[in-house]
Amino acid sequence: MNRESKQSMSVAPLTVSGMTVAYQKKPVVEDVSFTLPEGKLVALIGPNGAGKSTLLKATLGLVPAIAGEVSIYGDTYKKMRSRVGYVPQRESVDWDFPTDALDVVMMGRYGHLGWIKRPGRKEKELAMDTLEKVGMADYARRQISQLSGGQQQRVFLARALAQEADLYFMDEPFAGVDAATEKAIIALLVELKKAGKTVLVVHHDLSTVEEYFDHVLLLNKKLIAAGPVETTFTPELLHETYGGKLAIVSASGRQTLVGEQ
Amino acid sequence: MLDWLISLWSDPNTRWILMGCTLLGLGSGVIGSFTFLRRESLLGDTLAHAALPGVCIAFMLHEVKSASLFLIGALAAGIAAVLCVSAISRLTRIKSDAAMGIVLTFFFGIGTVMLTHIQHSGSGSQSGLDKYLFGQAAAMVTSDVYTLMGVSVLLVAAAILLFKEFKLVSFDPGFARGIGLPVSLLEHAMLILTTVAVAAGIQAVGVVLVAALLITPAAAARYWTHRLPVMLAFAGLFGALSGASGAAISTLGGSIPTGPVTVLAATLLFVISMLLAPERGLVAKTLRHRSMKANYARSAAERSALNPAEGGNSK
Ligand SMILES: Nc1ncnc2c1ncn2[C@@H]1O[C@H](COP(=O)(O)OP(=O)(O)O)[C@@H](O)[C@H]1O
Ligand SMILES: [Mg+2]
Repeated sequence: MNRESKQSMSVAPLTVSGMTVAYQKKPVVEDVSFTLPEGKLVALIGPNGAGKSTLLKATLGLVPAIAGEVSIYGDTYKKMRSRVGYVPQRESVDWDFPTDALDVVMMGRYGHLGWIKRPGRKEKELAMDTLEKVGMADYARRQISQLSGGQQQRVFLARALAQEADLYFMDEPFAGVDAATEKAIIALLVELKKAGKTVLVVHHDLSTVEEYFDHVLLLNKKLIAAGPVETTFTPELLHETYGGKLAIVSASGRQTLVGEQ
Repeated sequence: MLDWLISLWSDPNTRWILMGCTLLGLGSGVIGSFTFLRRESLLGDTLAHAALPGVCIAFMLHEVKSASLFLIGALAAGIAAVLCVSAISRLTRIKSDAAMGIVLTFFFGIGTVMLTHIQHSGSGSQSGLDKYLFGQAAAMVTSDVYTLMGVSVLLVAAAILLFKEFKLVSFDPGFARGIGLPVSLLEHAMLILTTVAVAAGIQAVGVVLVAALLITPAAAARYWTHRLPVMLAFAGLFGALSGASGAAISTLGGSIPTGPVTVLAATLLFVISMLLAPERGLVAKTLRHRSMKANYARSAAERSALNPAEGGNSK
């Protein structure tokens, strides 16, 4: 533990360099390079179709990149896989699949279990613990189609927590969730940060960026800027990211930014 | 009726065929559950129809009728069909469902032409190859039944051993890839197992209808449970029952083909499930809705009785 934390002190949790991804001919993510600081909550923001999900997926090797390198804790993703947790966009799966919340969370342990072996008592307990953490313990045996959108999101989050990773990728965890879930997720992010974990979150609500995050990446096909919220989350850079699609509304003395959805 | 069942069992030949078809239904139902959940139902149909030219070519090459030889022919043709589908949807703007429709009918067309040719040639007329359209379980010999048994064991064993992996790849392939599962390998494994199930089933059920043995039991099983292991068990059971009834009724004599009877049995089980399953079934849903309505009406009436002013207002 000690040795590990010392080692990761010197190495950034994630370094992406020259990442370029294309689905058809035109690249949707172009020459993106950045380094994530350790133990921070990082927001990845940009307009719809900016390539945020694509950048995340390419980093995780879920879609092929035409160029670019990824280093996780100083090594390849393949080797560092067990230190990475992933929360996909909620719409990416069929919620009518015959399974319950607890079972989905246990999937977070499959990577550690290896082939053929079934999850046992230990995995079940861990899964129950993580469900508890996201306030879903009462729903453990509920079929997943019978959960609300916010509850489904919490189940996905619990599954990522069950991975017991050090670096987390979350794609729009706040999309379409109720206020209670948003609070629960934020509390959890803060807890992860306290434990020294690094979290990269695709986020679209500009009004909460300053409140929730330490660090931002501004993306619109290319990386516009990356850095601490105080210096990077500025009206000028946001304008550059969103182009004309951004309205800046000043309300009650506090600047509020509204991205076009 | 009872006499008939006893006579089925006492004739060793019929007993074998009955066992073969039951096991085939079991294996197809189990592996078909994954096909169904991955929304690839049309794929089973494509594989089945594509098998016909494979079987015909296998026969033309060797001039013998053997289940294991035909299995290989059907497998090869199925793989060729799948490659065609993926090439079409990759190289053109045609979506994969349309690509499957094209490939399915094309292969079946070729197969029908070949079949007609074989029927009219010397050795072919007594080959009984036409039975491959709708299936004739009674024509199976012991070695065919052994092949079916081996296939069923393979299908069920794969579904049990790789249960966790198949489940994750079917539910969330992105996450599966993220944790390092070889997703495309597993997807191909499922595809091959589906092809094996189809290829093994065509002698008994026929190319036209064998896909129903993959999908209908799974669709019926989905009504009974929210848990995947239970669903697999139900699908296997329904498949086995369908296969058994198909075999039993077609041995009644005459020339009742096994396939249609098997499919009718599977469909009957599906209709029963759709209507009577607890929770998800139509009857349970209607009853639940009614009692909720009644409860609501009662409590609304109680409220307005307690507070007459409000009741008057709502008029
Ligand atoms: N699977 C795909 N095939 C083709 N184009 C895609 C695919 N996924 C995304 N795109 C395109 O790539 C661009 C970036 O998409 P995405 O990464 O989802 O953006 P964001 O997450 O920022 O909204 C969009 O123009 C989208 O239409
Ligand atoms: Mg997205």
